Amino acid sequence: MDILVALENNSGSIHRMSLEALAAGQKLASEMNLSLSMLVMDKNGGDLAENAGKFNAEEVLLLENPLLDNYSSDGYSQAITSVLEQEKPRFVFMGHTYMVRDFLPRVSARLRIPFISDVVQFRVDDGTPVFTKQVFNAKLAADIVSQSEGTTLVSFQSAAYQSDQAEAGAATIRSISIEMDSSVIKTQSEEPFKEEAGGVDLTNAEIIVSVGRGIGKEENLPIVNTLVDALGAELGSSRPIVDSGWLEPSRQIGSSGQNVAPKLYLALGISGAIQHVVGMKGSKNIVAVNKDSEAPIFEIADYGIVGDILEIIPKLSEAVEAAKN
Amino acid sequence: MRVSSDHSWIDEASVNFETNESDSYALEEGLQIREKNGDGEVVVISMGPEGRTQKVIREALAKGADRGVHITEEGPSETDPLRSAGVFAKALQEEQFDLILSGLQSLDLGMGQTGVILGELLGMSSATLVMETEIGENSIRVKRELESGWFQWVTLSLPACLSIQSGINHPRYPSLKGIMGAKKKEIKTLPKAEIIESNVNQSITRVYSMQKAKQTEMITGDIDQQITRLVEALRTEIKVL
Repeated sequence: MDILVALENNSGSIHRMSLEALAAGQKLASEMNLSLSMLVMDKNGGDLAENAGKFNAEEVLLLENPLLDNYSSDGYSQAITSVLEQEKPRFVFMGHTYMVRDFLPRVSARLRIPFISDVVQFRVDDGTPVFTKQVFNAKLAADIVSQSEGTTLVSFQSAAYQSDQAEAGAATIRSISIEMDSSVIKTQSEEPFKEEAGGVDLTNAEIIVSVGRGIGKEENLPIVNTLVDALGAELGSSRPIVDSGWLEPSRQIGSSGQNVAPKLYLALGISGAIQHVVGMKGSKNIVAVNKDSEAPIFEIADYGIVGDILEIIPKLSEAVEAAKN
Repeated sequence: MRVSSDHSWIDEASVNFETNESDSYALEEGLQIREKNGDGEVVVISMGPEGRTQKVIREALAKGADRGVHITEEGPSETDPLRSAGVFAKALQEEQFDLILSGLQSLDLGMGQTGVILGELLGMSSATLVMETEIGENSIRVKRELESGWFQWVTLSLPACLSIQSGINHPRYPSLKGIMGAKKKEIKTLPKAEIIESNVNQSITRVYSMQKAKQTEMITGDIDQQITRLVEALRTEIKVL
């Protein structure tokens, strides 16, 4: 087996980022003439495997084990380790999800194999895949190659590849099993929960005015609200604002918050850390205002202004009001 | 920030070094757990060249850590998480810590692996993206962040390894007394070269500026000109006014 794409179950369907990893895997398979299989493991494995079988791959490996019914880092790292020992793929591709971040480094440690994480693209140079990841808060890129003779683990950043480009086909389902007993799982996990009942849904907003660390202090937030009202927008924010307790968690946009794609995204004093960018880079128009001309947010902006948001926001509110009348 | 002339890493003289953001939260959580627990020892470990790494360790001691371990590193910074974690595991294995805390990920490479691998190498259970901790007698209950606003409580028996999400607490500043006291605290040094495994698992072949995916119109001029142009774009190009 050459490439194994391990799929993650997202409430009964295949996680979008797993399909993105599959699209990446299919691309590598075609460029290097490699075989590709998928792995499905959990209690709805049957359904999930059937769905996975509709994509172009050699096989879907189906691992059903009651110890994997609910996610645990202990259980998953043990299971994936065993599967890799049995199947010996050259590459394992997964989405860089919170679950993968939680357990896949442990597989790397157990098998002493490299894990190249949060990759944004790859290319094949002289028969060797070269993986690119963003470094230094997305200000620079680094090309990384595996030095492993065995398996190489790779996780892909959200939207690095497009899920709708995962090629359809027909894959055979093969059930596999592993040796595992309950003593492996040493932790007790409680039911997942949501902190905030209700909360703001930003996913359907047409216009989002989003504020970041550049706002300086909580007392400056009212000027942003004035602009929000002038534009008929929704208010969003980057993580530090929520962490500081200045806005409720449901306002947060990014990997740990909401994923948005409005017609206009106005980023005010947001540097553009990758955790934020993954949640808003699909916006149709991005306007960024930041005092640091090298802020990574300008890399993805359609319009950029280098300047002090505390000066610009009030003037912009006035000008927007004037333009409306 | 400049890329080094051979494109192997950055030109380290072009940047200022400070404690990694999520590591500050990890340290603070360690200090708070000790305070809640009433006793215990907080030890900090860091790897890097002499000057700047000592500074980071001293700052942690000034905030209240009891002692430090400095893995001295000469030559290029380690970028293979399995090798870095291996060094930390070797340096710490004899001490039998109950709890190892690390930041979620580094701001430079951002692999997000070293802390988790360290726990695994030392045979500990681990939890990542930790947003709250409750220390018990022989266990720790932690609130983990899942995706899209979901959370989950997980209980781990000690020894355990946690990677801490930024925002879990409010990191303290060192007090003047703390800064004075830190000078007397012990920092043990260990050369990385003596404990690192020879095996390289992954390597960086080139560091560079990414090509821009988008054409950005940078709006220049004085502030009034900038506002005028932006409003025009909002009206005629983005069409939201």
